[in-house]
Amino acid sequence: MIPAAFEYARATSIQEAVSLLGRYGEDAKVLAGGHSLIPLMRLRMSQPSALIDVNGIQELDYVRVEGDRLRIGALTRHVTIQHSPEVKASLPVLAEIADEVGDNQVRNMGTIGGVLAHADTAGDYNTLALMLDAEIVTDRRRIPASDFFQGLMETALAPDELVCEVSFPVASGPHHYIKFRRRLFDWAIVGAGAQQLADGSWRVGLTNVGMTPVRARAVEEALAGGAAFDEAAAHASDGLSPSGDLRASPEYKLHLARVLTRRVLERASAA
Amino acid sequence: MAVSQLVGARIHRREDPRLVSGRGRYVDDMTLPRTAYLNVVRSPHPHARILTIDTTAAKAAPGVTAVYVAADFDAVLSGAMPVAPAFVAEKKTVPDRFPLARSEACFEGEPVAVVVAETKEQAEDAAELVEVDYEPLPAVWDLEAALAADSPRAHQDLADNVAWDLTYNADADASFAEAEVTVRQRIQQQRLAPTPMEPRGVMAEYRPQDQAMTVWMSSQNPHFIRLFVSGAMGIPENRFRVVSPDVGGGFGCKISPYPEDYLVPAAAKLLDRPVKWIETRTESVQATTHGRGQLYDVELAGKRDGTMLGLKVTQYLDAGAYVGTFGAFQAVACLVAGGAYDFRQVASRTIAVLTNRVPTDPYRGAGRPEATHLIERTVDIFAREIGMDPVEVRRKNFVKEFPYTNPFELVYDSGDYDKPLRRTLEIAGYERLRREQEEARSQGRLLGIGLSTWIELCGFGPSGATAPATGGLALTESAHVRVFPTGSVTAYVGTHSHGQGHDTTFAQIVADDLGLTMDQVEIRHGDTAEGTAFGYGTYGSRSLAVGGIALHRSCQKVVDKARRIAAHVLEAADEDVVFEKGAFHVKGSPDRSKTFGEITFAAYGMGLPEDMELGLEAISYFDPPNLVWPFGAHLCLLEVDPETGAVTLLRYIAVDDCGNVINPMIVEGQLHGGIVQGIAQALFEEVAYDEEGRLKTGTLLDYMVPTANEIPPIEMDRTVTPTPVNELGVKGVGEAGTIASSVAVINAICDALAPLGIRHVDMPASPDRLWNLIEHARSTAPQGGDR
Repeated sequence: MIPAAFEYARATSIQEAVSLLGRYGEDAKVLAGGHSLIPLMRLRMSQPSALIDVNGIQELDYVRVEGDRLRIGALTRHVTIQHSPEVKASLPVLAEIADEVGDNQVRNMGTIGGVLAHADTAGDYNTLALMLDAEIVTDRRRIPASDFFQGLMETALAPDELVCEVSFPVASGPHHYIKFRRRLFDWAIVGAGAQQLADGSWRVGLTNVGMTPVRARAVEEALAGGAAFDEAAAHASDGLSPSGDLRASPEYKLHLARVLTRRVLERASAA
Repeated sequence: MAVSQLVGARIHRREDPRLVSGRGRYVDDMTLPRTAYLNVVRSPHPHARILTIDTTAAKAAPGVTAVYVAADFDAVLSGAMPVAPAFVAEKKTVPDRFPLARSEACFEGEPVAVVVAETKEQAEDAAELVEVDYEPLPAVWDLEAALAADSPRAHQDLADNVAWDLTYNADADASFAEAEVTVRQRIQQQRLAPTPMEPRGVMAEYRPQDQAMTVWMSSQNPHFIRLFVSGAMGIPENRFRVVSPDVGGGFGCKISPYPEDYLVPAAAKLLDRPVKWIETRTESVQATTHGRGQLYDVELAGKRDGTMLGLKVTQYLDAGAYVGTFGAFQAVACLVAGGAYDFRQVASRTIAVLTNRVPTDPYRGAGRPEATHLIERTVDIFAREIGMDPVEVRRKNFVKEFPYTNPFELVYDSGDYDKPLRRTLEIAGYERLRREQEEARSQGRLLGIGLSTWIELCGFGPSGATAPATGGLALTESAHVRVFPTGSVTAYVGTHSHGQGHDTTFAQIVADDLGLTMDQVEIRHGDTAEGTAFGYGTYGSRSLAVGGIALHRSCQKVVDKARRIAAHVLEAADEDVVFEKGAFHVKGSPDRSKTFGEITFAAYGMGLPEDMELGLEAISYFDPPNLVWPFGAHLCLLEVDPETGAVTLLRYIAVDDCGNVINPMIVEGQLHGGIVQGIAQALFEEVAYDEEGRLKTGTLLDYMVPTANEIPPIEMDRTVTPTPVNELGVKGVGEAGTIASSVAVINAICDALAPLGIRHVDMPASPDRLWNLIEHARSTAPQGGDR
């Protein structure tokens, strides 16, 4: 459980990080909190040629509310999001999700940019980013979340592109996120999120039921059409074909998607 | 004996400040000058022929000192690894196991080569360069499939996969002929990884000038390791020292010798430099022995009035690719399958199956959790079948007179099984809980109440029973008490503490016996160069009930001699001298007195009685006349989410009886940890493999050890039924919680799911497993029926 040999370089600015990524090529990886990457490296399931450490780039660590956008720097730690008054006021569901990420060690080190770029299908932030049409801001462009997540741990990022920020629309109406798991610090077996927007419409998303996060459009449409929560939630599994894993069969995940979607809507509106 | 002040007191573990502040000394904290690091190359296949091993590239890698395959150790290691008779004196097939596989690797993780390098990083890099050409062979792991005539063999040259097939007792026919009701159930015991917080580790140094080996390793019984490995290396025991310093948990998986225990000292001798190996977590789950891995067919015969007559049990035990050194210990489940109940007849048979998996061996409880699980589960099924409350069925059938001889001639030393049950029901408010359950059911909620009225046998010895079981060495225990001239004391014990808190409890005993403060008493263990010639280690909840008695007896010998010295100094007859509160005085004349310290000084000075040797120290070996039999009653209250299958533990109540208690805080701590390990089996843990037989749970992300978050507060109380087996009246408690708890949880789940017609649930009762059962029950007849 010792990583294979790799080069290491520490960047102090966005430009330096990008240029280092360019120099070390496709096999280089960005090191932020490291709580997903380093375990994979210790198991030698990931053997990057170089790590570009971005932890020194202070300018990527911020939470700002500007107009109707909540802008969070990529290097912002879970613990900051969890306790941020700005996040709690402008997008409380995000603070609630951060509160349930991993354990204290993970929350103290892990970053939101890392979760997005790693694009694990169990990453809870990713579901929220997708369902709320967040934008991922990189060193060179703005990528809508709907274009960002392309597959299992695959994103639209170029090899030398650095995630700098995620920009959410603010939303402080009824909301909830359910992370169904067996142990408190586990990844979600299935997760479900619901957020009501100012215009009364619902956004609903699902975690760990496919190769990417999922926006439950059929549920949203049913709700828009006046369906009750349980009727709408019955559509949560429409079009999904999750793969099974150690914790859940595909059928069980589909079932959980429906049950959790109903519950998340009920709890969001009851809160 | 002095007036008891410390024994029975709730004293904080005095080893903890050191351990929790990072000042413990574990194997990996020690490094000698010139230490080289060893990495083990393991087979990635469940079963494969080894065609060639090419070490050229690895040998050329930076920092590499040596790359060894099996043949390279021929000069320094000989013989197969040991397999003890345990509870199966004669086995049908015991495949020889050697530290390195030579031509056939029979489980994923079996060592095939080792790399030694200047740093552990270089060793791991070079290990990837060892090119082993494997020819994969058919593998087998399903127990029933493995017993089929046309099954692949776990080893190519086996006639079949049966390691042993032993019927302890065939006859329960009269009971079944008389029965009004019979119930039968198949019960799974999944494989568990013991998962000590500190994985295994070995460091060895050979000094050619002295022809002496020293091995530091994370072990529960360094003397046995010395016996086995010194024998294999041809080094006499007196030149082979094994040191087990602080050890971060064992749970049984650090009893038996492992390949690395031979390979590291052998490499150190070949290289003439210290060599160290520290196990990784993945290696720990993959290649350290597993626990459980069994399948039971159980049949119970009874009457409609609740009388239980007879029991038939067949144990199918997944031995793994080799028979674990103490693997046959797990067959003890067959001998105590009747649990706390007065069965007229119990028939039992154990069949061990060789498979292409890592061997199984004792894991906390070792056979006794399985026995509790099968009997307590079956009693509940029987109770439901006859429509009787599970409490009443238990009460009606409890063994009530002690000593009690069970159908296998094991003698239950003492007990009062209804006493902890009464207390548990009282704490729980059992009648009220049943009413709440009815109410919940009417709302469609699935509330369940589960009981476990468990018993166990522990404290191994006695010598007559254990000498054949170990292949000759009687399991007694030794202690050497040394009193220094100025009155401080060092006690060497043959047991080994790796979480049990012996440094505290044993010091309590010695301090009371000798009238000292605990600060004056040092407890030492884990170094074969110190203390008695042989120690037997810690497992099977034996340390206090065997080792504690040896310690107590050594103290008594010290007091007896000190009393004679005091009598001489005080010019009184021996029998007129009283030892009390740390001082000797003449009966009726409290002012004619000498402190313990004055007498100890005299013991090394002048003016002793003419026939007395100088010095004040004593050695005892205690051979218990019987095992001890703790017992208790646990109750679990939980709720199952009918939509998701998720289980929420609401309450857990444990009332246990381990006889007299030296330190209640340590007893409670042992029970807490044990109970959680049983809950872990019930709900969380399972070593899982994919369709090709490869490990899926190689990290703690996937091998689900629960945390404090998942465990409810445990409500505890205790009853005290001292054992007549030893003079302290103490039993064991290290395994009790684990022996008791898995079935309390599963019985509660089955109780919760009863309205759906679900009768039995196997472990771990994960949400997906329960959801599947619930779905299946709902899609079949309303009453469901047997699964």
